[in-house]
Amino acid sequence: MSHRMVITGIGVVAPTGLGAVEHWENGLAGRSGIRALADSAALPVKVAGQVAAFDETEHVEPRLLVQTDKWSWMALAATEFALADAALDPMGEFPFHLSVVTASSSGGNAFGQREIEALYRSGPRAVSAYQSIGWFYAASSGQISIRHRAKGPCGVIVSDGAGGIDALAQAGRLIRRGGQAVMVGGTEAPLSPYALVCQAGQGTLSGEPDPARAYRPFARESGGFVPGEGGAMLVVEEWHRAHMRPAAHMYAEIAGTAATHDARDPAAPPADGRQLARAMSLALERAGCDADEVDAVFADGAGTPAGDEAEAAALAQVFRGRRVPVTVPKTMTGRLNSGGGALDVAWAALALHHGVLPPTVNAGEPAHDLDLVTRARELPGLRTVLVVARGVGGFNAAAVLRTPDR
Amino acid sequence: MNGGLRRSVVTGIGVIAPGGGSREEFWQRITGGKPAIRRITAFDPEPFRSQIAAECDFDPSAYGLTPREVRRLDRFVLMALACAEEAFADSGLTSADPERMGVSLGTAVGSTIRLEEEYVVASNGGRDWVVDPTHVTPFLYQALVPSSAATELAVRFHAQGPAAVISTGCTSGIDAIAHAHTLIQDGEADVVIAGASDAPISPITVACFDAIRATSPRNTDPEQASRPFDADRQGFVLGEGAAVLIVEELQHALARGARVYCEITGFGARANAFHMTGLRADGFELGEAIMEAMDRARLAPEDLGYISAHGSGTKQNDRHETAAYKHALGEAARRVPISSIKSVIGHSLGAIGSIEMAACALAIQRGVVPPTANLTTPDPECDLDYTPVTAREVTVDHALSTGSGFGGFQSAMVFSRLEAA
Repeated sequence: MSHRMVITGIGVVAPTGLGAVEHWENGLAGRSGIRALADSAALPVKVAGQVAAFDETEHVEPRLLVQTDKWSWMALAATEFALADAALDPMGEFPFHLSVVTASSSGGNAFGQREIEALYRSGPRAVSAYQSIGWFYAASSGQISIRHRAKGPCGVIVSDGAGGIDALAQAGRLIRRGGQAVMVGGTEAPLSPYALVCQAGQGTLSGEPDPARAYRPFARESGGFVPGEGGAMLVVEEWHRAHMRPAAHMYAEIAGTAATHDARDPAAPPADGRQLARAMSLALERAGCDADEVDAVFADGAGTPAGDEAEAAALAQVFRGRRVPVTVPKTMTGRLNSGGGALDVAWAALALHHGVLPPTVNAGEPAHDLDLVTRARELPGLRTVLVVARGVGGFNAAAVLRTPDR
Repeated sequence: MNGGLRRSVVTGIGVIAPGGGSREEFWQRITGGKPAIRRITAFDPEPFRSQIAAECDFDPSAYGLTPREVRRLDRFVLMALACAEEAFADSGLTSADPERMGVSLGTAVGSTIRLEEEYVVASNGGRDWVVDPTHVTPFLYQALVPSSAATELAVRFHAQGPAAVISTGCTSGIDAIAHAHTLIQDGEADVVIAGASDAPISPITVACFDAIRATSPRNTDPEQASRPFDADRQGFVLGEGAAVLIVEELQHALARGARVYCEITGFGARANAFHMTGLRADGFELGEAIMEAMDRARLAPEDLGYISAHGSGTKQNDRHETAAYKHALGEAARRVPISSIKSVIGHSLGAIGSIEMAACALAIQRGVVPPTANLTTPDPECDLDYTPVTAREVTVDHALSTGSGFGGFQSAMVFSRLEAA
């Protein structure tokens, strides 16, 4: 059983709070971070999951602030939280054993918009010297690697909302090849004006202005999703190494991951959720785990009737009709794209640690026969959870997390 | 042999590069050593410091792409699709289990042209910060997220295995093939559509490299502007293009009698953790990446028959890279032919890594090493055999390719002739 890996640190920058503790407490209390969106008059979406009280100057030095976008600030801050939580000082580590893998779907949106604006208003000489490193998808991984002296193989995965779990899978591949510790996760900052316009044409955004009614996955009222900003970074370590560090939390073992693609016209997604079910089954198989052993599911919760139907169908296939507890705590944050899968993994790891499932808020009238967890639920035997994430276009990903036996 | 891991081989190649819209045209272009670099035609380059680029004369309809696809998708996606068609046809792969087929596509800047064009519409020419969604294309979300390119490939080729875009800046093209290799080694897929595509020749990209003086301002002399390892080099020349390789598990390829170009035998990656754009002169981390790739391929430095250099033609890169080769390969670094095809087809950011891997596969198959064009006055600090001006016939059993990118990422990959692996 070599090359197992375990989550030893959790860093959160999300609409539910800053740091794992605040995020967890707000989540258990069902306090949503979905709020009215400023300047939304022309937009088809009126509310979004917003990270309140995030002061980037507390986390990023001025020299670096001017080079980076909010999405990287959140990734840098989340990494800082995760390392502190893991009691891991990267400067005390052999740098070639440390890696960084982030998921990123839209890069430095506000930064890029500002520089294109400068170009068209004032000409090429007005464009920042940092545009080349502030906007591109690899900026967060690069900056985290530099700040924490991580010289091992680094990566950037783009698979829309499945990216957070796909990044975790990549961390596993690095650890199987001799990596010792990986700072891994994803954040997204898609609420700047042009980024919202880019999302407007999808037709799956919720137009509901009431934050309590805008995003209701698996409900009869489900009519789209709410976007959000933020995400999570985790410290994932090779199993034996983590055991050697008494200070390390042993939140959860990442027992198996898998990814599939629907490979169907994204305009006509398959209602049977077959490839989504296959991702779940493969993750379970790789974890050496039977579906009956799964105690809870952190569902993707598309919030569209077709997306919810496909996921409910996939869950029915995998669990053969067993009513496993299902929760969608991202009802408190909105869908964070690359940040979403990472945040759900953080949530699942905390749930295993505390033996409690965070709730799905604003649940509405059930449209599917699911045991939807609508209030924080204590599950003393909570030991194995399945985390599911999907990305626009047909990306499916799943991860199995297990309580580590110390 | 690879320590019991499943082995992966290259069975199909498709390329779209400046001056060469197919694998064979590309090969003729790079071995002929005639630069495909000109004054930018995509827009009026007059206001910019660097006004030249390696452009592709890419006509999507010539590759069977429909007007609807052209309306819906950015140029980088269209080029990836066209390359994938060529690679598939080349591989002879007619049927594969869809659930065992994956996609790994690299890109540094994704749909940057489409995003910029639509922004100009939505912002009223840059005048409004709160932009108006009324007049933009309904397909703008696909431009926002580069993962849409992986989706297009998965849908077209019915690949239901793991799919992702790999976006590590200028090492994306090597890293995407490495990702495919890993998926096959670990049993996650049997076939992976792997490669990279970038179409960055747009005003904002040209302006952002102008701002850091990374690109060559040799506007009066475009064909001589990309001069890696030459004493007179003044920066890189922006390019565009794509390459897709069909990467296949060895037994899967042998069972169907596939023609095998080469085996992917080694990969190594490191980050310099130093600076987003700056490189230390010692090339230490790139050297470490090379050594890991060589170790995994179980090769000694003398085994290499060719190195495809990153060779961007910036002052710092070429010096950094020369030091890295010496650090990793010792005296053997002086004996192996090395070249940079960026001298001919420019630097297409994330795409170039896959295009250079295609060049390595073809060099192994054909026993020819493409030259570094414009290398007429070698920089004394770049004192290795950089294969100046003319191609060379030489048996290549093992080829190394290196990449170095913003973020401090350094990647190295080894391809080997199957019989020699």
